Amino acid sequence: MLTIKNLHASVEEGAEILKGLNLEVKAGEVHAIMGPNGSGKSTLASVLAGKDGYEVTEGSVDFDGADLLDLEAEDRAKEGLFLAFQYPVEIPGVSNVNFLRTAMNEIREYRKEDKLSAKDFLAKVKVASNLVELNDKLSGRSVNVGFSGGEKKRNEIFQMAMLEPKLAILDETDSGLDIDALRIVSEGVNKLRNKDNAIILITHYQRLLEYIQPDFVHVLSDGKIIKTGGKDLALELEERGYDWINEEIAQ
Amino acid sequence: MEVVVDNKVLEFVADFKKPEASSEVRKQAMAALSGMDFPTTRVEEWKYTRVAKYVKRKYKQVQATVNVEDYTIEGLDAHELVFVNGYFDEAQSTIKDDDAVSIQKIEELNEEYYSDVVDGTEENVFSLINKAYQTGGVSVVVKKNKKAKHPIHLIHVVDGEELIANTRHFVHLESGSKAEVVATFHSKNSTNSFTNVALEGHVESNASLTINKLQTEAKDVLHISNEFFVQDEGSNFLINTITTGGILTRNGLDVIVEGENCHTEMNGAYLGTENQHIDNHTIIDQLYSNCTSSELYKGVMDDKSSGVFNGKVIVRQDAQKIEAYQSNKNILLSKGANVYSKPELEIYADDVRCSHGSTIGELDEEAVYYLRSRGISEANARQLLVAAFIGDVLEKVENEALRAYIDKLFLTDFGWEF
Ligand SMILES: Nc1ncnc2c1ncn2[C@@H]1O[C@H](COP(=O)(O)OP(=O)(O)OP(=O)(O)O)[C@@H](O)[C@H]1O
Ligand SMILES: [Mg+2]
Repeated sequence: MLTIKNLHASVEEGAEILKGLNLEVKAGEVHAIMGPNGSGKSTLASVLAGKDGYEVTEGSVDFDGADLLDLEAEDRAKEGLFLAFQYPVEIPGVSNVNFLRTAMNEIREYRKEDKLSAKDFLAKVKVASNLVELNDKLSGRSVNVGFSGGEKKRNEIFQMAMLEPKLAILDETDSGLDIDALRIVSEGVNKLRNKDNAIILITHYQRLLEYIQPDFVHVLSDGKIIKTGGKDLALELEERGYDWINEEIAQ
Repeated sequence: MEVVVDNKVLEFVADFKKPEASSEVRKQAMAALSGMDFPTTRVEEWKYTRVAKYVKRKYKQVQATVNVEDYTIEGLDAHELVFVNGYFDEAQSTIKDDDAVSIQKIEELNEEYYSDVVDGTEENVFSLINKAYQTGGVSVVVKKNKKAKHPIHLIHVVDGEELIANTRHFVHLESGSKAEVVATFHSKNSTNSFTNVALEGHVESNASLTINKLQTEAKDVLHISNEFFVQDEGSNFLINTITTGGILTRNGLDVIVEGENCHTEMNGAYLGTENQHIDNHTIIDQLYSNCTSSELYKGVMDDKSSGVFNGKVIVRQDAQKIEAYQSNKNILLSKGANVYSKPELEIYADDVRCSHGSTIGELDEEAVYYLRSRGISEANARQLLVAAFIGDVLEKVENEALRAYIDKLFLTDFGWEF
């Protein structure tokens, strides 16, 4: 579904953040990306989602046959990519539900599907908000305005449930969630998993991976994936940190 | 205002029909005009609004009629008073059965009472031209302790090129009464025409007046509006001014609060495109204690348009415990657009709570990106954000029929949905 080859990306000021990254994600898989602060995890997510301010200097990204890097941010979403942000923005005056309706109608138009009826849309809102136990009031309020940190994260997964992406990248969706919220959100994500979609989880914590079991765990360090393993790798990282991997590579 | 050598103002009015001079108000206005000049940008109040090229032109007074149905607001259920090119179009107007309201021609307004209400206020060259040469308007009285059964819809249309429409209205709310005025301004084939309107009134004790003003004239019309209101004790005054039309618009709004326990609220939304210039000048003059005022003006300026907001709140020495809130926020959608924002507080009392703020910014690019990342095109994302920005001013329009009309207008003119 997603094939990243030798991806190099810099910020506009010039510093190279991603330094030759390779990753292959197939339908039905869950990949976890871990790594120290500042290693480039969010940058990878931003470059994939089409945020301005990054320049790809080398490499390619294929998303189900489409040259992902050639698409506008909105068209990547229309092709089925979704990013749950590490820091979701607040948008005063724009209601959560209204903007999702606009988004879903645009996406359906792009895919040449029929418009969603008001009734079907509302039914979907209900299912999606129940999935992450997002309060009814929050789904109708201005996007993220006055939401707690945890509510913002739930709202991201609520949106994921509404948009049903092929590939979802969750950037530290677990941080800021209390233990109950973590369980609820994880169960929600698990219910959205199926053989046709894929998930990339960016996280610092092994505990998320107990709820959402990954097929692969990658370590991203200094702009490259330096180690890949199964879910046990996460346990090892939790115990031993990251330094040993570099030492291992040095030997 | 400057004293003149060669009199441009008298030249400007030279071809206007000489009204019968039985009216003292007209006589005084005419006399005052001979000592006036048009403001230049050297005059502080007109620093950013340049009228010179417009007042060099000659304007005609031409009576005409329109089809009122082109301008009615569905579901408003209002008294409809139509003014075409400044002339009262009685045939197109409808006054409904309403024992709370008496509507007459402006000539019927008692001049002694009027002079008493406006006593001591400052006129300007445009309000004087209006009062000297007005060609029509209404005097509305809402009777003591009564609530008007229907909104009063003042429909103004400029139809034709190079015309001047001098319409003059007065709205008198007797004590304890309540009414809503909807003033709309339209135009067709109106290149280089000039709307010079005066809307004044008196809100007596415990009365409550709401005005919704919607100016959608074509972008080739000069629009100068002088609005003046006096509030007595315990009264409420609310005006929402929505401006999308005109090549140059000046909304001059003065409220004098002459009693305790009053509330004054002014809201404005202005949307400029092309070369439009939109200027909102407001004054709230607090003379007595225990009053509150609230002002919220928001502008969205695109292309090469420019906006001016000047909001002055004066709190006189004897006016204690005044709470005055003022906010002006602007979004510039293009590099060529600009806004001059100047909140002014003049406070002579010591126990007051005033706050004011003004911002001029661009759309939040992070928010644009967030919406795009969910599949919304860039253009739609920007529209959503602009609509959200201006939406809280539009929400001040409580009349649902009018609100629906405004929403429809914004959808067709700008593609914005609320
Ligand atoms: N727009 C930018 N301008 C300048 N530097 C940037 C920009 N975006 C990211 N960086 C830098 O790139 C590096 C990688 O940042 P990134 O946010 O991708 O890290 P991360 O792996 O997500 O870290 P964390 O675990 O703390 O979330 C950091 O050194 C960061 O300061
Ligand atoms: Mg990060």
